[in-house]
Amino acid sequence: MKARVYISLKNGVLDPQGKAISHSLQGLGFKNVLDARQGKTIDLDLKDMDRAAAEAEVEKMCQQLLANTVIENYTIEMLD
Amino acid sequence: MKAAVIVFPASNCDRDLKVALAQAMGRDPDMVWHGDSELPETDLIAIPGGFSYGDYLRAGAMAANSPIMREVVKKAQAGTPVLAICNGFQIATETGMLPGALLRNAGQKFVCRDVDLLITARNERFVGGFEQGEVVRFPVAHHDGNYYADEETLHELEGEGQVAFKYASAEGELTDAANPNGSLNNIAGIYNKAGNVLGLMPHPERLISEELGGTDGKRFFDHLVNSIV
Repeated sequence: MKARVYISLKNGVLDPQGKAISHSLQGLGFKNVLDARQGKTIDLDLKDMDRAAAEAEVEKMCQQLLANTVIENYTIEMLD
Repeated sequence: MKAAVIVFPASNCDRDLKVALAQAMGRDPDMVWHGDSELPETDLIAIPGGFSYGDYLRAGAMAANSPIMREVVKKAQAGTPVLAICNGFQIATETGMLPGALLRNAGQKFVCRDVDLLITARNERFVGGFEQGEVVRFPVAHHDGNYYADEETLHELEGEGQVAFKYASAEGELTDAANPNGSLNNIAGIYNKAGNVLGLMPHPERLISEELGGTDGKRFFDHLVNSIV
């Protein structure tokens, strides 16, 4: 069973890397870019288990380690 | 007095901290490996700077979940003084011992230089050797030192006298130019609610003799040790 966790900075939290990316894109002539925010994805390979139980466990992983909920949001996607 | 310095893989200020504490205490602190699950009896826990676990995932995230940190958090809750410097500060926020988080520097660059700091709150144990409103000089050396907390937390920190140090000009003015990393409200260091945990990005252990360029750090450690003894 596979799960994908998306982690992004919360709105209002400064993202200097995202800013640099949007400036670079604008510099390359992509004038339609207003802003960019950088996040990360973590792909987890899990033992075969009940889908709901797996999702609940990944949720715990996010709370305990994968995301810092002071500054980050996360979403979990179960892939199969 | 006994002190313990926690050592993680890729800590790099642990020995500087050992020298600073030994100079002030007249004896070496215990060096405690991150994989240990018990702390020796100690009057002060010091969490050093560095790049524990290579800053993987987030600075301090892995170290915060290491076995020894469970003990450190327990001791801190029971009132043992904890000094968390640089990566130590990042680790302390990741454990929840201190509020907020340290983000990537606003200027994107690693900053390594001496900074002037305004002593903004009274805390007899940690900064009783300085006057409130005094400006001291410690070095900073970090890439993720941009202090962030939500508005409510910031308000509480300021209102409850939990902001320990602020980046300032040599005259003590809180200017943007004096802020090396974009920290909200120029915050360089904070206390927990109980006042027994201090986290700060600057390194007092790096200025402990004239040969190293200054002695404000020596004053800091001498007072800290005297107040605990």
